[in-house]
Amino acid sequence: MTTATTGPAAAKAGGGAGKAKPATMAQALQRAMRDAMAEDPTVHVMGEDVGTLGGVFRVTDGLAKEFGEDRCTDTPLAEAGILGAAVGMAMYGLRPVVEMQFDAFAYPAFEQLISHVARMRNRTRGAMPMPIVIRVPYGGGIGGVEHHSDSSEAYYTATPGLHVVTPATVEDAYGLLRAAIASDDPVVFLEPKRLYWSKSDWSPEAPAAVEPIGKAVVRRRGTGATLITYGPSVPVCLEAAEAAQAEGWDLEVVDLRSLVPFDDETVCASVRRTGRAVVVHESTGFGGPGAEIAARVTERCFHHLEAPVLRVAGFDIPYPPPMLERHHLPGVDRVLDAVARLQWEAGS
Amino acid sequence: MDSLQQRSSTVQEPPGAVPTYRPTPPPAWQPRTDPTPLLPDTEPLRVLGTDAVADADPALLLRLYAELIRGRRYNTQATALTKQGRLAVYPSTHGQEACEIAAALALEERDWLFPSYRDTLAAVARGLDPVQALTLLRGDWHTGYDPHEYRIAPLCTPLATQLPHAVGLAHAARLKGDDVVALAMVGDGGTSEGDFHEALNFAAVWQAPVVFLVQNNGFAISVPLAKQTAAPSLAHKAVGYGMPGRLVDGNDAIAVHQVLTEAVARARRGGGPTLVEAVTYRIDAHTNADDATRYRAAGEVETWRAHDPILILERELTERGLLDEDGRRAAAEAAETMAAELRERMNADPVLDPMDLFSHVYAEQTTQLREQAAQLRAELEAEGEA
Repeated sequence: MTTATTGPAAAKAGGGAGKAKPATMAQALQRAMRDAMAEDPTVHVMGEDVGTLGGVFRVTDGLAKEFGEDRCTDTPLAEAGILGAAVGMAMYGLRPVVEMQFDAFAYPAFEQLISHVARMRNRTRGAMPMPIVIRVPYGGGIGGVEHHSDSSEAYYTATPGLHVVTPATVEDAYGLLRAAIASDDPVVFLEPKRLYWSKSDWSPEAPAAVEPIGKAVVRRRGTGATLITYGPSVPVCLEAAEAAQAEGWDLEVVDLRSLVPFDDETVCASVRRTGRAVVVHESTGFGGPGAEIAARVTERCFHHLEAPVLRVAGFDIPYPPPMLERHHLPGVDRVLDAVARLQWEAGS
Repeated sequence: MDSLQQRSSTVQEPPGAVPTYRPTPPPAWQPRTDPTPLLPDTEPLRVLGTDAVADADPALLLRLYAELIRGRRYNTQATALTKQGRLAVYPSTHGQEACEIAAALALEERDWLFPSYRDTLAAVARGLDPVQALTLLRGDWHTGYDPHEYRIAPLCTPLATQLPHAVGLAHAARLKGDDVVALAMVGDGGTSEGDFHEALNFAAVWQAPVVFLVQNNGFAISVPLAKQTAAPSLAHKAVGYGMPGRLVDGNDAIAVHQVLTEAVARARRGGGPTLVEAVTYRIDAHTNADDATRYRAAGEVETWRAHDPILILERELTERGLLDEDGRRAAAEAAETMAAELRERMNADPVLDPMDLFSHVYAEQTTQLREQAAQLRAELEAEGEA
């Protein structure tokens, strides 16, 4: 996929000329859908509450008004039905972008996702691609009640045929969602909901880049250890890296951006430079993405490693009630504790 | 126990308590009404053996007959192929040929069929190459044809999951301004699945041009209909979604064709979806791996054999002077030719390329898949050298 920029449609959508103002991740996602819909009449947004209400997080705000209810559709409340209908729409040449509203609400759609969306291309020898984006607001830290804070990425990454993408910045939210919509393969697009209101100087009016799926990025350069992370844990790791400076630890932070495909090259290049690695994510540790990442890094970089690859993950528990979630979520202190366990003396 | 009784005695209302207010009545509630009658008839529609047959087009009757003969032969041939190890499994439609074929023939070429794993016969009646229809069951690939070429979705193994696809496709076609209808087939067991419910609900809310055909063949593997649903009929389920339900004798090819043709026409003119229940019977076991004698009596099967779809159509056509010995022989010979060709082609070992395992997972292979493909290629080369 090539990197491209878009501008005119965005300028129109922003309503004002020239004046840049900080934008939120939710706005960037919304503009990504708006620009895609404006450029390609086959792009359809659908889900529960995405129309008149504009989504419970307002990510689809204004799309129904601008493009009509046939292009941005409030569906019956049924996730399997939403995704199943999207499969049929994709068969007829449309590019559905479906919203699952909350992480744990997506589970009724798993059969459609796994039995059909992920493998339709394969079972038809490429005759029926599934250009569907499944937007899933995921993760905790917003005080959500039960079933509103799961990090379900391991279920998706374990399913061949799906791309699994998760932005951590406002810029990436736009760029990666544009790439996801343009992709001829299904993309599970995990939106870190506690970053929906994070701001950036990225302007909703200015031209914006479309990011290729499958490329990790180094968010912070460092020499002593690599923090490998994604989505909602990226800001946590950046903060931890700043704090680590006081201890004399110079940390590099790699934002994966895409779990499938996995960018072994960027990750391993970083670990070979630093010799130490910690994987950080909110998802449970046992069988979580960190297990896969630690194994991959160990297989490829063993002789460069000064210490075992460590994991800082959510506990292996059902997501806790909101008043206890701060004890579950990997925060700066837990990341720093792991960094301290990297046996710094031995390697230096 | 004692303490419970004591507690219940303490919460009794004191005698003489009278409510001192009346609640404000809620705003008037009106159910949605539809001029189309939604409830199905209490008896399945039958045309064969009634005066209504006279209205049927003789050419259609003869075509249905020839296709039923061919379909029956296809069933026996495919079943034989399982015994020879050429097919991993074959879910026979022996006894259900009328539903399969009459339904498929109710579609126009531009329409789409969404079959379940049992519906190979409908796919073949729609023009699919008989060998390509069996690829899934032979095991050389999941779908042996390009669905767009025949407008037949892949044969679907999970139950009822293809029904929402039919709704989505029909909806998309209508959005594009194409007058395409989708026919989605499901068994009686499939009506218990959540996807059945969601598909019907979506179709009705969107007024999508879809026809749902339930082939009620009496059993979901071994579980009889009475243990599957408490509804008066499966066609009754339509009412709750706001679409008409139609009940038809699934062994009466003319009745099935008539009901399906009406439902397809209704969908095409924007009238929305219809749920059709065709009452039929699966004469063979669920598949060759199933022992049907464990869950049904021989007498029941014999009763249905007397109501065989081919038997009743043949009798009608003969009585009406449309079919004679020559016509019967011609149909049988055509079926035999199809079977011989099928047998011959299925006896050839398919040529498989193991590298296809990696060819169609993504539009563009990931680095990880390229590495794994290289590993397999090396293994194949080593095998070749050994």
